[in-house]
Formats: sequence, structure tokens, C-alpha cells
Amino acid sequence: MAKATVNKIISFSSVDGPGNRTAVFLQGCGFDCRYCHNPETIHACIHCGECVKYCKPGALTLVEENVRAADQRTGRKRVHYDITKCVFCDECFRHCPHGASARTRELTAEQVMREVRRNKPFIRGITVSGGECTLWRDFLLELLSLAKAEGLGTLLDSNGSYAFSEDPELMAVTDGVMLDVKAWSREEHLRVTGQDNACVLRNLEWLAAAGKLTEVRTVVVPELFDCRQTVREVSALLAGLGCLDARYKIIRYRPMGVREEYKSLTPPTEEFLQKLVGVAVGYGLSDVVVV
Amino acid sequence: MLRRELRSGKTIPAERFARRYMENGFKNRFLMNELKYEVRVMKRILTPEIIEEKRKEIYETIVDPTSSHEQKVTYLARHAENFMTVLDEPEELDELMRCDIDTRCICNLFEGDAPYRPRYICIDFPKFLREGSEFLQLGPAKDFAEALTNLMIMYHNIPSITNYPVFIGDLDELLGPYIEDLDDETVKKALRLWLTMVDRTILDSFCHSDIGPKASRFGYLLMEVESELENAVPNLTMRVSKDTPDDFILAGVKCALHSAKPSFANDEMFRSELGDDYCIASCYNGLLKGGGSYTLSRLILSNIAKKAEGIEDFKTNVLPHVCDVMARYMDERIRFLVEESGWFTNSFLAREGFVRRDKFTAMFGLVGLAECVNLLLEKEGCTERFGHSDRANQLGVEIMDIIDHFNKNHYNPYCEATDHHFLLHAQVGIESDHDCSPGTRIPIGEEPDELVDHLNCIKLFHKYFPSGTGDIFPVDLTVHKNPQYVLDIIRGSLGIDIRYLSFYASDSDVIRVTGYLVKRSEMEKLDAGQNVRQNTTGLGLGAAKNCKILDRRIR
Repeated sequence: MAKATVNKIISFSSVDGPGNRTAVFLQGCGFDCRYCHNPETIHACIHCGECVKYCKPGALTLVEENVRAADQRTGRKRVHYDITKCVFCDECFRHCPHGASARTRELTAEQVMREVRRNKPFIRGITVSGGECTLWRDFLLELLSLAKAEGLGTLLDSNGSYAFSEDPELMAVTDGVMLDVKAWSREEHLRVTGQDNACVLRNLEWLAAAGKLTEVRTVVVPELFDCRQTVREVSALLAGLGCLDARYKIIRYRPMGVREEYKSLTPPTEEFLQKLVGVAVGYGLSDVVVV
Repeated sequence: MLRRELRSGKTIPAERFARRYMENGFKNRFLMNELKYEVRVMKRILTPEIIEEKRKEIYETIVDPTSSHEQKVTYLARHAENFMTVLDEPEELDELMRCDIDTRCICNLFEGDAPYRPRYICIDFPKFLREGSEFLQLGPAKDFAEALTNLMIMYHNIPSITNYPVFIGDLDELLGPYIEDLDDETVKKALRLWLTMVDRTILDSFCHSDIGPKASRFGYLLMEVESELENAVPNLTMRVSKDTPDDFILAGVKCALHSAKPSFANDEMFRSELGDDYCIASCYNGLLKGGGSYTLSRLILSNIAKKAEGIEDFKTNVLPHVCDVMARYMDERIRFLVEESGWFTNSFLAREGFVRRDKFTAMFGLVGLAECVNLLLEKEGCTERFGHSDRANQLGVEIMDIIDHFNKNHYNPYCEATDHHFLLHAQVGIESDHDCSPGTRIPIGEEPDELVDHLNCIKLFHKYFPSGTGDIFPVDLTVHKNPQYVLDIIRGSLGIDIRYLSFYASDSDVIRVTGYLVKRSEMEKLDAGQNVRQNTTGLGLGAAKNCKILDRRIR
């Protein structure tokens, strides 16, 4: 069974898709968005041990790495995480010099499913998010297949860097994708995320046409990119494909969780956000919300 | 026999009178009025010191700047009632009830010492609208305006412990038939005015209306108006069954995010225990329509635990003893009410058949299970806490089983409606409670991090309480954009025999205190020394200060 690095599992989430869902956050992301609210999910831990110094309850410890062959030791150290001791004070990743989090667990799909099962009477499905969940494609396929077999809905929350159209096997067990669309122009997208957006836009079109687009999200940071252009182009594209009931979630940038060097970005005004809503509604979108 | 006793002209003992009443009361009411029975003698002696103390309390009520006129009248009536010593109480009662608040094991919730009306009265409103009332000089209600007016008149004539009606009807079933030919705007305008009148004249939020489990046009319109008005009165419950459409529940959730109501009741569960004729009254009390509850006393489990040496002593000696004293006290209150007070003979509600004595029961209440469990475990050197450990929760279940078993073996002659037993009730607490959580709730501030763990704990306890229990969850604002989140939690909870749930938005002005609703803005006025309209605002303010109700974990 494939394992993934799981950053956290939220048993009841009201913000990761329709209804009550268990949200599974996987570690690692190919984008490096300046306004990222969870920058600790971007990189993988390199086990330098810096965070251990700041872990007061002793949930993080530096242990000697065990290699597979019996009794062979490399002498290398690993950061070990004990979730039962963790008080979620976030001190570890606040002090991480690599933009990573050691507060993660390596879990198989079945192990994750075991945690999902406790919530089953109260949830309508699961949402796998990140980081970027599609970096763990094989794990994802197993987890979503297990969830589907137990009658749960399955959603992915993605930055759009994975070509969904080329993976019918994964799409068969995915009810829908909640897609982040950031800057519309390639140049701005590069500046905001460090990556090209051609794949994101292809995904937007393909998912909408395939009836797999549950939600589009745009985090509004006016001084970073032309937000109005994004909202306009996304709305026009959805309207053109007759995909009017996908939710468009317009997200207000807030400095919470954002890295120090980007914290100075200005949050948008309510007036500006309402203008964006007006644009989307003007194209006939029926479910536009601001959060 | 009745006629012979009448002819003799002799006075008969009250007990025999009650028996005659049971045999003949309803059909020979006028003959019964001729029968003489002996007046009870005073049971307890009030010393001059006690009388002086009571006079002081009366004076304090008269000059209290934070009480409105109506509130003073209610309190003064209670003071007067408490000069009476007509109840033949169990000898052990005084040391368990009339004692210091930190050692009090039984509490009668300010019911007076000479009960002259049942605590909760839930009248048969459909009969009233259908037939009118001779006493109120009203005929059948023929249209919507008449129905609303007649109900309002009736509300003013229903006593209860609060002197206001605690149940004002299944509004959808009662009023739905009258709106068939009216358009939405007309209905909403009339409802807006009517509900405002209810809020401004029923000055106590222990006043409950019900809708569901069927969706109805009236139900939708009611919730639309309620979310606009954001009033604390009346409280509202939506009964939810498997057949209740999602859309109707969602309308309820959206309304609750504005006005903290409706709450959601497990229809299948209540129906299986109380039958089809049940209603939700006062806070969240399951009772019979056309009946109600004679009385409610409560065990203060947290204090009862203090008296025990350990878990075993608590289970085998201390708890059964207090249960026994409280049950005998309740028996005596019921006896006085039924046999002596004359309410069931003289009130027009009984005379005209809007209530029937044999549809009344009584509520055997309790509070502080969490603190009781924690204290007992501490006495055994264990630091595990209620709501957080299987051992603690299991002890809670064992204690509930003992109380349930006691109640099922206690016989009361006047509780025919519920097989001659009382109904257990998880009481919501009063403002003077401290270190004592409502019913079986997990203390505020100690709620499990995950809502799923919270729900899995409460499901262990809801099944014990046909006459009411419930848990309250303030929810994060983002839920306004995703009311289906709450819908999923409701569906999941009712599926695992959770009985009753309430939600409100964490920023709402109307909030649920422990079972009843108050407005934050009104509490602030009262806190600043002004008097306010509703009795319950004062209770809410006390609860905010003593019971941390503003600090619940937001979900």
C-alpha cells in the first residue's frame, strides 16, 4: 500500500466542500504562493532537528534512523512525531528554516480511512487537500477508492498542476475537484506562485466540461495580481460551458499564517470583493460566496 | 357511595375525597363541589426568625430596581406561597434541600411550598380552535385572524410555574389549515405582528412552539419570519424524522443561524417513548399534549457525590437514599396538587377538557453528572475526566442506570400517563449553579477538541431522558455559507439516538443559554442596572457570570 505524508486530518470541516466532510491534508506542494496561509505544508521535512528545540510538550524528538537491514544503523537522525503529546501550538513550523513541518505522519490509505470511519455517521464525504494532494497520486487512488466503497463522497482540493484529463482511473473515484485559480496571465502567475499556469487553465476547462468542477477558488490579493481579470475570465469560461452551478468561492486574503516576508500584503476591501461577486453573478453564476 | 356521603353531610378525609374525585370527578362535577373534605393542617412550624427572614426577602423584592412590575408580582406570589407548610414532606428533606447551596442535594427549582397549578401545562390547542371555550366566551376560530386572536387570548389564561404558557402549540398543524387561501405576504405580515405580540407579552422564554416533522408551507413561512425578527420568545423546536425533507431542515438551520432557533428533536425517539401526542415544552421537555408535568425536582449529583466515601458508597447508599427522598417529596407535591389544590376540578382548562389529569406526569430531574463522576473518580485517586475517558463515561452510564432503575421501580398513583413512573429529565441548570453542569453535559471549557468525540459522548446519555435533554453548539460564522454542514451533523446524530440538538451562530444576538433563549443586548442592559422585559434575561445574565455560557467551544 502506498503511503503519504499526512500533515493533518480535520474530522469535521465546514469549509472544504459542501456539507460536513473529513478533510485530509497531505504534505508538499509544487507551487510557492507568496500569500500561502499554510506555508509549512509546502516542503518536505529534511530532519534537521531544529524544531525539536521548540517543542515544549516533547511531541517531537530526534531519534536515530533505523534502516531496513537488521542492526545496520546509518547514524543519521530523524524527527519523530508523537501526535498524542502534541498540543498544536505551531511553534515547530514557526521556527522551521525550510518551510516544512515535522508534525506529519506517514500513513497508508487504510490507516487514514480508519480515522475517517469514526466520523462516518456525521459526514457526507472526504476532501483531500494539501499541500497539493495530487503529488501523492497512488495513495490518493487507494484512499478515494476505499471511501467510495463505503458510500462516502470524494473531493479533491487542488492547485491544478496535475493533468486530471490524463488520469481516468483517478477521476473515476473522484466526485469533483475544487480548483484554485490564481492569476490569469502567465507572467503574473509565475510571479505569484513561481510556476506556469497553462495546466491550471486546461484543468479548469476540462473539469467544467466533464462535470467534475465542484468549486473554483480565488484568493484575492489586489496588489499581487489582477484579481478582477481572474474572476472575469473564470466566470466567462464557466458561463460559456454552461457550468453555472459550480460554486465560485472568493476568498479574502488575510495575513494569518502567512510568512513574515509577505505579511505586509494588504487585504482587499469589502467593496472590492462585492464588485468581484457582481462580475461573477453578471455572467450568470448562481453560487458565488465570499469568505 | 358518593351520594351517600353527600346525604350524610359529614366531612371526609382528603384522601377519600380524591378517590371519589377519581371515580366521579369528570361526570359528576357539580355533585363533587357539594362534598366536604377536611382542610389539611399545617405541617411545619415557621419560627419568628424564619418569618423575619422572609419579610426581608419580600422587602428586597419590592425595592429591586432590576425587576419589572410583572416580575415583582410573580416573586411576591411565590413569597406568599412559601409561608405555607401544607405539604407532608419526608423528614429527611430539610437536610437535603433546605441547606447551604454547596451541600444541597435536592432542589425544587423555586416551586412554591403549596402547589396550586401544575408546573408545565400543555393544552390541547386543536380542540380549542375547533370548539372555542365557554369560559373565555369564544367560539370556534373560522379564519386566520380569529385563530391568531383566540390563541393569544388563550395564552393569557394558561398558568404554569412561570405564570406564562410553556407550550403554545404545534404552530404548523394549528395554523396551516387557515392559510390555504392566503398569499405569502399576507401570512408573513400577520405572523410578524403576532410573533412580536407573543414576544412582548409572554415575558418569559420558557415558552415553546413546535413544528415538523412534515414540511409545510406554514413551517417555511414561520422560519422566514423568525429569522427576520430575532426574538427570544417563543422558543421553537423542529421535530425531525427520517421522512423530514433535507430542504425543510436546511430552512431550520438557516433560521437558527440568525435567531438560535429552531432546535432539532429526534421525532422517532420521542414518538417511540411518549406516543404520537407528545410535544416539546419549556426548554426541551417532552410531555403529552392535553397534559403536562405536575412538578420537577432535581438531584444535584455533584453535591450528592460529596457525601459519598467512594464510588461503591455512592452507588449503593448515598444516591439511592437521595432518590428515595426526592421521589417521596414529589409524590407529596403531586398529592397536594391533585387532591387538595382543586386545580384539576376548578380550572376551566380541566373543566372544559383542554387538559386531562391522566395525561400529566412528573419530571425527575438531575444536574451535575460530569462533576459527580469527576469527584467520585478523584476520591478513588483517578484523574480521568468525564467526556474524555471511557472509564469516566462508563461510570456516568452506571450512575444513570441506577437512577433509571430507581425511577422505573417507583410507583406514583397519578402518573398513569407514563405507566405510573416519573420521566427522567436532564435539567438545564439555574443561574446560581456553580461547579455543576446542566444534566449530563460536558462542562463548558472542557469540551473535547473534536466535535465527533463530543457527540459520541453525549449519545451515551440522551436515551435516558424522554422528558428532555439536549446539547448546544455555537457554530463558526463560515457555516452561514455551508448550512449543509449542520444538516449532516443533525442527520448523523439523530441516527445514533441523540435526542435533541441546538445550534447558534457564534456572533448572534439571540443566544441559547442552557435551554432557553436570551438576547445578549438585553443582558447588557440588565447588567447595567436597568430592568428588562423578560424574566429569563436575569437567569441568562447569572448563567453568563456563573456558568460560562458565553465561553462554549465554537464548532
